[in-house]
Amino acid sequence: MRAGGGGIVVRFTLNGREVEVTTRPNATLLDLLRNELKILSVRRGCETGECGMCTVLVDGLPVRSCLMLAPQVDGRSVTTVEGVGDPERLHPVQEAFVEAGAVQCGFCTPAMVLTAKALLDRDPNPDERTVREAILGVLCRCTGYAKIVRAVRLAAERVAGGVRE
Amino acid sequence: MLPEFEYHRPASLEEAVRLLSELGPDAKVIAGGTDLVVKMRAGLVSPRHVVDLSRLTEIRFIRDGGDRLKIGAGTTLWEIENSEDVARGVPVLREAVEEMASWHVKTTATIGGNLCNASPAADTAPPLMVHDATLVVVGPEGRREVPIGEFFTGPGQTVLGVGEILVEVVVPKMRQGQGAAFEKLTVREGALSIASAAALVEISGGRFVDARVALGAVAPTPIRALKVERALKGRPATREVLRSASREAKADIKPITDVRGSREYREEMSVVLVRRALERAVERAGGVWA
Repeated sequence: MRAGGGGIVVRFTLNGREVEVTTRPNATLLDLLRNELKILSVRRGCETGECGMCTVLVDGLPVRSCLMLAPQVDGRSVTTVEGVGDPERLHPVQEAFVEAGAVQCGFCTPAMVLTAKALLDRDPNPDERTVREAILGVLCRCTGYAKIVRAVRLAAERVAGGVRE
Repeated sequence: MLPEFEYHRPASLEEAVRLLSELGPDAKVIAGGTDLVVKMRAGLVSPRHVVDLSRLTEIRFIRDGGDRLKIGAGTTLWEIENSEDVARGVPVLREAVEEMASWHVKTTATIGGNLCNASPAADTAPPLMVHDATLVVVGPEGRREVPIGEFFTGPGQTVLGVGEILVEVVVPKMRQGQGAAFEKLTVREGALSIASAAALVEISGGRFVDARVALGAVAPTPIRALKVERALKGRPATREVLRSASREAKADIKPITDVRGSREYREEMSVVLVRRALERAVERAGGVWA
């Protein structure tokens, strides 16, 4: 397939829903999500792959949406924090972030929650070192890492311990 | 927004080669995008065509080939880090990949991309160099094999011609009696190397039967440290031999001063990194000091 400056149709699954959107080939996944689909939880940070604010999950793994071209998600599954929980039913990770007070300015929170979810999905009981390695790619501007790490481990206990209904 | 370009997603390797041959030097290949998109955004490159290889499953694999391991160029660093085959057959590659970038980058960045981007600091290169890896290239003229030591021609430069694609990395596995290790110096975890070193040794009867050392970020390309190797081969595996051989690293490298470090710092640290990599390689080879 090929597409020029005009437009390109991209079909993918966004938070469990099929989406079809016409975008430009030179749009990044970040551009597509923020500009076209108005998902503003995906932050525009450094746009050089350093800060991790634009983190989304593609097929369950965290990626930098500022470094992925929009047409590259064609046929794949994208999860933003909107697909993780909602205000009525928070995901255990989100609940743990609230309880541990792991939110300061909130700018990195969607990226942290997504990264934590992806981690716990593959490793339900990570030690502190593993948690810190996983969030290495997400910079908290407030440097509030201690509480974030505590929140991820709290979420792990909840999920693994079966405390949640 | 990035500068405008035309986007192509070939459905097969054959189509990709044809496409790249037709489009010529105005085309750039994208896999994970972790180097290309950064460069496009910085205005360092503005290709008229971008050819997406990220869907080519035929170049995404890790295959056991007996005494060799075959890694498809489109394999992500995350897949390499989690591969049992890599952990067993080429542990020094896994060691290097573990220290590269963040999880979020490794899920899309590929080994082929790391090599073709040809940064002098490409961390997958030194481990592959001490393993004497061979790179398989497919192009309009067919298939050819390039020893990794001949692949890089300068910063960002490789021997790849128009229409040619790196498809596979063939790595001879570690053998009994061998040991290998990787060392790198960065300002923080996951950052680019200021300098790096890989070493692979084989020890028998208390002597270095084989010794291979490669360095990154201290020359226009990743390089083998041939003077260090010569100072080891055939000599007794003692700490004194190892220390004095490590000092030869200064004569093997040609570092520059840049934002990450000065020439002098890289010279001094290369000696330290080579020594540490060699010490750990010797321990892993059997741990016996003569």
